[in-house]
Amino acid sequence: MHNFDFVKPGTVADAAAALQGDEAQPLGGGQTLIPTMKQRLAAPETLVSLIGIAEMQGVCKTDAGELSIGGATTHATVEAEAASLFPGLAGLAGRIGDPAVRNRGTIGGSLANNDPAACYPAAALATGATIRTDKREIAADDYFQGMFTTALDEGEIIVEVRMPIPEKSNYQKFLQPASRFALTGVFVAKYADGVRVAVTGASEEGVFRWTEAEQALGSNFAADAISGLSVSADGMINDLHGTPEYRAHLVKVLTGRAVMAAA
Amino acid sequence: MVSVSMNVNGKPASGEVEGRTLLSAFLRENLKLTGTHIGCDTSQCGACVVHVDGKAVKACTMLAAEADGSEVKTIEGMANADGSLGVVQQAFQDHHGLQCGFCTPGMVMSAAALLSENPNPSEAEIREYLEGNLCRCTGYHNIVKAIMAAAGQDVSKIAAE
Repeated sequence: MHNFDFVKPGTVADAAAALQGDEAQPLGGGQTLIPTMKQRLAAPETLVSLIGIAEMQGVCKTDAGELSIGGATTHATVEAEAASLFPGLAGLAGRIGDPAVRNRGTIGGSLANNDPAACYPAAALATGATIRTDKREIAADDYFQGMFTTALDEGEIIVEVRMPIPEKSNYQKFLQPASRFALTGVFVAKYADGVRVAVTGASEEGVFRWTEAEQALGSNFAADAISGLSVSADGMINDLHGTPEYRAHLVKVLTGRAVMAAA
Repeated sequence: MVSVSMNVNGKPASGEVEGRTLLSAFLRENLKLTGTHIGCDTSQCGACVVHVDGKAVKACTMLAAEADGSEVKTIEGMANADGSLGVVQQAFQDHHGLQCGFCTPGMVMSAAALLSENPNPSEAEIREYLEGNLCRCTGYHNIVKAIMAAAGQDVSKIAAE
């Protein structure tokens, strides 16, 4: 790993100022960025740790019925604090990586990285979350822009993620057991005015919504409702763990399981 | 360089480190606490698991500077005050929960973190909690058995393997 200056500001404003410097990069829990830097695939000159910013910590329910999650909240904290408010999200958080990774990794870090097989992007897209940064608010539908690509500008900080709490939800993750990422994962969220289905781990374009399933489940929230649908293998990821056809098949199977398990 | 100070196994520790210095390197090279092992250095194997503010973390995937101001506990802090083995350590010895011993510091630290969150875990919960700790010798069977015993469970009916 190349050397860098390390700073740990206590406020979003100080962090934003520190990120104005050349080659400065934000650091969440570091569970992806530190390994990436060890491989010299990233070499920031300044690393700005966000973990000490109090206003970016914790989980609470807003008056508008949304779950507000600070950008620097760890997966373990989301698992514990969202358990009664939004069990579908707590279940997702509790299956990311392993316990030690969940004690460090953060929701903001996961969403900023937008790994095509990460879990949180599926929850953010399926809930129609709002990503609040130090500069603006971004709707999840506009936020994810392809593999490892987001609407964030250089140095922009995810301060808070707000997710409308569904009536029912569930995340089904078909585990890639070596990486512990999703070989394919599906988040289903049922609201009074419709259903949203988001798929991670499958597409070369990263997380996406399966709108046909959303329409079918919107009129009949049952696994049978999608039995007549099929998912195209075009554009699905092809690697030694699974073919595009296999992943396309998993999307449908996991969606059905998520509907049956939704609580 | 960054000044860091933390409490390690109840004693103050400080030093001047580079930004890139990992917590695992600070513990091993600055503090000479070589019980924390570096197996893969890619956050896969869990040999470097320590507790930071009571939470299990992989010390190879945390910067020393990030641990500034924290309470850190390593395998060297797991023995009883009189030097005898702690409950989890003793259970690993009693139930042959190790062979080469390389993964053992991380296993013991993860097991202790599990038991502090969940004092009476099932076998399945133990195996799930050890997802991030790899052992290439034992096949995990006796590690799981040792942790069940450390939780006070009767493991006499579980066959030795």
